[in-house]
Amino acid sequence: MATLPNQEEQISLDTFTRGIWKENPVFVMLLGLCPVLAVTNTTMNAIAMGLATLFVLVASSTLVSLLRKVIPKQVRIASYIIIIATFVTMVDYLIQSISLELYNALGAFIQLIVVNCVILGRAEAFASKQKVGTAIVNALGMGVGFTIALLFLGVTRELLGAGTILGVQIFSSNFEPWIVMILPPGGFFVLGAWLLLFEYIKQRKEEKQLLVEGVANHGS
Amino acid sequence: MDPDSLAFIFINAALSNNFVLALFLGLCPFLGVSAKKETAWNMGLATMFVMLVSSVSAFGINWLLKEFDIEFLRLICYIAVIASAVQLVEMIVKKFSPSLFRALGIFLPLITTNCAILGLALFQTFREYDFMQSLAFSVGAGVGFTIALMLMAGLREKLELSKVPTVSQGAAMSLMLAGLLSLAFMGFAGLGSSHV
Repeated sequence: MATLPNQEEQISLDTFTRGIWKENPVFVMLLGLCPVLAVTNTTMNAIAMGLATLFVLVASSTLVSLLRKVIPKQVRIASYIIIIATFVTMVDYLIQSISLELYNALGAFIQLIVVNCVILGRAEAFASKQKVGTAIVNALGMGVGFTIALLFLGVTRELLGAGTILGVQIFSSNFEPWIVMILPPGGFFVLGAWLLLFEYIKQRKEEKQLLVEGVANHGS
Repeated sequence: MDPDSLAFIFINAALSNNFVLALFLGLCPFLGVSAKKETAWNMGLATMFVMLVSSVSAFGINWLLKEFDIEFLRLICYIAVIASAVQLVEMIVKKFSPSLFRALGIFLPLITTNCAILGLALFQTFREYDFMQSLAFSVGAGVGFTIALMLMAGLREKLELSKVPTVSQGAAMSLMLAGLLSLAFMGFAGLGSSHV
């Protein structure tokens, strides 16, 4: 992976938005699935986890990008991991001081942000080759995309599994909660269902595209 | 059963609180290397070995950190030790079985970022297991990981031969399968307390 100076890309809207939709870390690249499934049984946990990851992602991308000319190639992965672990330790203590309840709900999964492949992937594939500004914008986009994905799952699972969103009752009291959705299997099912939906939309779009092209070719 | 007994810790880690299917740890190799039974088996063994090594080292490190009262360095030390353990396994595998080395490919170095390993080290610290309990816990977790991986590989080999709608091919299908497996593993909940 040779780093050429002319590979640096200019900041554009795409640098930010592709993390949200085109290269969404969860729904498209299937990275960092462990926290996605483990802590999304309530919306609150999902938001907290998303923000914590966003912070670590942006901070570590910034530092990796700043140090990209200093870190020797042979030990780069180890250096990235140490950088990430430092920020995760900070977040760990931060959440503990803000809300002990939240800290206990997330448990070991805050510290497990260290091994979230999204973060190491960004450091290795993007931040280590780009200017600081570009790296920050891209990391922000990825972090927001990750948080949105967590929200998708968190809201669905809490709504179906407990009938609430952020603790507010949505369905009437006649609603029988679908307990399995907040249990581990529900995580797999909900993520699978979202992936199915996105795949279906994608295929529909492609079919339409083919149809339009076919008609155009026929006409000419 | 006494929740501190070795047998209970082993069964709890292997079945009722299976690392992959109940705690969602180590999903990347679970979805990535589960296409063939043979690779799944070898991956399971490699992971089990790394788990054992890092569990023992984590126990030692934790004692050392407590002695010097610098526990905030725990995360950084753990991850450094795990990375070295993986490097060791990689060297051993490359030396003794080059074909296996090629089959595991990128997933071998990626054991470093397997949350199951770090999760194991963190859980045993949080639960304050002693040395023997840590050993039972790590072997149990390794066995559980291998079981889950093998089950998934068997299912996916069968799926190769069956007709699946194009929409659900790939990741979505694997996740649904994992969900069903996870549902089945919930049946083991009676073997112990199901809370983490």
